[in-house]
Amino acid sequence: MDSSTTGKIIGVNGNMLIVEFESAVAQNEVGYAKIGDVGLMAEVVRIRGRLADMQVYEDTTGLRVGADVEFTGDMLSAELGPGLLTQVYDGLQNPLPQLAEQCGFFLQRGTYLPAIDREARWDFTPSATEGDTVTAGDVLGSVPEGIFDHTIMVPFAMNGTYTVESIANAGSYIVEDVIATVKDSQGRSHDIRMLQRWPVKLPVTAYAERLRPTTPLVTKGRIVDTFFPVAKGGTYCIPGPFGAGKTVLQQLTSRNADVDIVVVAACGERAGEVVETLREFPELTDPRTGKSLMDRTVIICNTSSMPVAAREASVYTAVTIASYYRQMGLDVLLLADSTSRWAQALRETSGRLEEIPGEEAFPAYLESVIAGFYERGGVVKLNNGETGSITIGGTVSPAGGNFDEPVTQATLKVVGAFHGLSRARSDARRYPAIDPLDSWSKYGSIVDEEQLTLARRILREGSDVGQMMKVVGEEGTSDSDFILYLKSEYLDSVYLQQNAFDAVDGATSDERQRHVFEVISEILKASMGFKDKDSARRFFHEITQTTKDWNRVDMDEKEFTTIQTKLESMVSEVTKNA
Amino acid sequence: MHKTYHRVERIAGSVITIRAKDVKYRELAEVTSRYGSSLAQAIRLDEDEVSLQVFAGARGVATDAKVRFLGETMRVPFSDALLGRVFTGGAQPRDNGPALDENPVEIGGPSVNPAKRIIPRNMVRTGIPMIDIFNTLVESQKLPVFARAGEPYNPLLARIALQAEVDVIVLGGMGLKHDDYLIFRDTLEESGALSRTVMFVHTAADPVVECLLVPDISLAVAEQFAIAGKRVLVLLTDMTNFADAMKEIAITMEQIPSNRGYPGDLYSQLAARYEKAVDFDTAGSITILAATTMPGDDVTHPVPDNTGYITEGQFYLRDGRIEPFGSLSRLKQQVNGKTRDDHRAIMDIMVQLYSGYRESLEKQSMGFRMSEWDNKLLKYGERFEKEMMDLSVNIPLEGALDLGWEILADCFEPVETGIKSTLIDKYWPGNKDETEADTVTEPETEEAVPA
Ligand SMILES: Nc1ncnc2c1ncn2[C@@H]1O[C@H](COP(=O)(O)OP(=O)(O)OP(=O)(O)O)[C@@H](O)[C@H]1O
Ligand SMILES: [Mg+2]
Repeated sequence: MDSSTTGKIIGVNGNMLIVEFESAVAQNEVGYAKIGDVGLMAEVVRIRGRLADMQVYEDTTGLRVGADVEFTGDMLSAELGPGLLTQVYDGLQNPLPQLAEQCGFFLQRGTYLPAIDREARWDFTPSATEGDTVTAGDVLGSVPEGIFDHTIMVPFAMNGTYTVESIANAGSYIVEDVIATVKDSQGRSHDIRMLQRWPVKLPVTAYAERLRPTTPLVTKGRIVDTFFPVAKGGTYCIPGPFGAGKTVLQQLTSRNADVDIVVVAACGERAGEVVETLREFPELTDPRTGKSLMDRTVIICNTSSMPVAAREASVYTAVTIASYYRQMGLDVLLLADSTSRWAQALRETSGRLEEIPGEEAFPAYLESVIAGFYERGGVVKLNNGETGSITIGGTVSPAGGNFDEPVTQATLKVVGAFHGLSRARSDARRYPAIDPLDSWSKYGSIVDEEQLTLARRILREGSDVGQMMKVVGEEGTSDSDFILYLKSEYLDSVYLQQNAFDAVDGATSDERQRHVFEVISEILKASMGFKDKDSARRFFHEITQTTKDWNRVDMDEKEFTTIQTKLESMVSEVTKNA
Repeated sequence: MHKTYHRVERIAGSVITIRAKDVKYRELAEVTSRYGSSLAQAIRLDEDEVSLQVFAGARGVATDAKVRFLGETMRVPFSDALLGRVFTGGAQPRDNGPALDENPVEIGGPSVNPAKRIIPRNMVRTGIPMIDIFNTLVESQKLPVFARAGEPYNPLLARIALQAEVDVIVLGGMGLKHDDYLIFRDTLEESGALSRTVMFVHTAADPVVECLLVPDISLAVAEQFAIAGKRVLVLLTDMTNFADAMKEIAITMEQIPSNRGYPGDLYSQLAARYEKAVDFDTAGSITILAATTMPGDDVTHPVPDNTGYITEGQFYLRDGRIEPFGSLSRLKQQVNGKTRDDHRAIMDIMVQLYSGYRESLEKQSMGFRMSEWDNKLLKYGERFEKEMMDLSVNIPLEGALDLGWEILADCFEPVETGIKSTLIDKYWPGNKDETEADTVTEPETEEAVPA
């Protein structure tokens, strides 16, 4: 494609331009709209004849009709290579700390910095040898990046089969140094560098096959792992009204999840929340590695007051970075907060293009766009037989907290698990406020199925009794129903609810979940007898208190066994009466 | 130098369209016709057609109106001379003072780089126990008051402004009733706070486009003060009027509405304003308190709903009191661990007991028999409402905590509160010896940082 294509602005409406171009341009091609010397990045979103509609990733104040647009010949792409980890980027992959050094307090439009440090040196160890046959995604060597062996691969964009002509010796290189030369089937040579680029809106497919997600991804949240599990390579969503705890839940998951890499996409939400992650992660230790949590984290941050079109790009930038690490055989978790803001960005663009609107003015293609995004999650078998995964968890912020709206509904159609937060539970401070009756998951739990079925039944029936009791009062409720109700409340308070601020209770390992859940299942199963309702209530109050104490004790401590024994003997007291 | 045009092609709502060349997007123009002149802004360029939003509205604009482009975008003069002054939404003097034009600064400027923000850490004292104890306001927080029309949200904002220890107060009034504006002015004047206040007031009688400018102008001025190291409190009232002004204009521009007539970018528009709240790395801060009236007292209405998704909590004002339920300061954990060691315990237990009171009240109204415990709660609830919730109560945090202990001691035994024994020993009025340490369980208090 001729990269010198230029155009002229003939219309400006918000962040949308109409540009008249001369030679060929491509859908989704990037161009720069000029204000004096400054170029504002924009993307072609529609082409009609010689006119291209372009959405600008910046504020368009000051643009004029007649101003130049320089097309780049490329689609919006992410830079991939060593040095992505620990970075904080905006939606277009501008490194924010470096931007702050250059521009001060405020973001300055038209300033774009390289995403990956061009001067940093990396210790390269080759693993491919001359004469090897390689395709996109194959390993050529590796460099240490923090706690990982970062593999250097044949760029994903290289179609076809190549022969390695030469490969760099072990040594220290910058990302733009040539580390290998390969020859294509026509005999042409191609240089390969550590740095590669990939268009963010296209999925990376340089793998052998997709597999079914079956391995649980342990988040250390009990209600999630036990009741509504997420699998490595699976997808899930967290819809909930404002203030119900979506962001806190994702923050906890980003700390505790049993994965190699976490990509956090703060998409159209509060800047203050990102700042918390930004300032706290470097201080926190990752229990898996003993290193700073930041070492396994990449933050993409396009908060609510940053340009809307870049917000739309941010989730794609995030998933592209996630794909890159997946290709190294790592398990990556992508957390996007909030996908509704991204959908709203689509709506704004669609409105400016005057497309025929669908429900609540969202574009008709909303569903397929959401589906396409979640489809980029998955477990894959790589060319070398290893597996890698991307798990995607997105929050949804439904208007009025009502799940019956286009974004929630479109998301529910494609994800593998649904963690619906309820206003009633967050008001009652029952955190995490995941509704145990509404939510679901298609993935396998870490606990015994039979125990789980019993627990679910008790939650459901207990809630029915609770509803009924509101009408008929305790007097009108049978003793056995009342005990059922107390059992469900017990399960709720000691297992579903979790105190995020307690070091032990806040993160429960899978081993511990299995152990505790078994003990609790026995309690739920036990038939109990009480003198009257008051003594039943008192008993459950006591075991609740004891179990909560138990939750706060480390599993390795002697007290853990002591409390468990006490709990079991308390229960055996009342089963005698049954 | 700048071109002047004399022919208006179309007029609709507050938007006029002319044919003009070389106009910058968002450039200002002066539109003059028989009935006077007004600023206008280019909001759409389409080849040689320029659509201008006329700040004073298009009423009376003639097809031969004179349109002169000014070559610049909307700015507001910034200097200390703003303090003590009152302006319109278009930044023209509303008092009898002189017009200002020095040092114009851009309005609606770019966002702060998240990397330059810091975690908020200072409490803003208001003397209102429902805020100071239960939902502490934090410097750089953005927080709306959700209320039905008719609730005293403006007096509440005025009072917080007076008591808060801030350097500068910026009041942005949108669709403000003239009386309310006078109340703000008089309250601030009487207490001597007017000299550190600047007001941008759009009243219900003023052109709707000026309503749209108020938040941007107010926040641009606040930003300048903050960069100069000042702690600034911005009051925006009523943001629902701002949203309605956006709706009105979007509809005249034939934009496709998304929800109850509001434009699809309502969230982004509101967020662009609220996100100006900031604590700068090495300078001052902006705290934003807004009033958001809830049409039909419905929190799921698009304006309060979108606001809730943007702000860091909300205060519900109902029957003249800040409701303890639903009200939330999401930043309170950042500061309430550093005030006094009993702060979190008092906060937790008093709300818990108050919720017990509400339940007892409901039982009572359904004709159920009141137990001894119910009676204790009823006594407690009445004192709590009168001495803590009433907005006329004005005591510093420490005094309010002491009062909390006194109310608890008047109504309950120490063990009934579930407060941990070390705090009971330290603070329970009078009878320290009665505490039974071994039956006391520790309440679960929130802590600042998850481990
Ligand atoms: N697990 C939890 N433990 C304790 N408090 C919590 C928990 N989750 C949420 N909260 C409380 O609720 C508040 C709001 O939570 P959060 O910010 O996660 O809500 P959200 O659903 O992301 O809201 P929004 O849609 O407005 O962003 C927090 O500031 C905190 O006070
Ligand atoms: Mg959130």
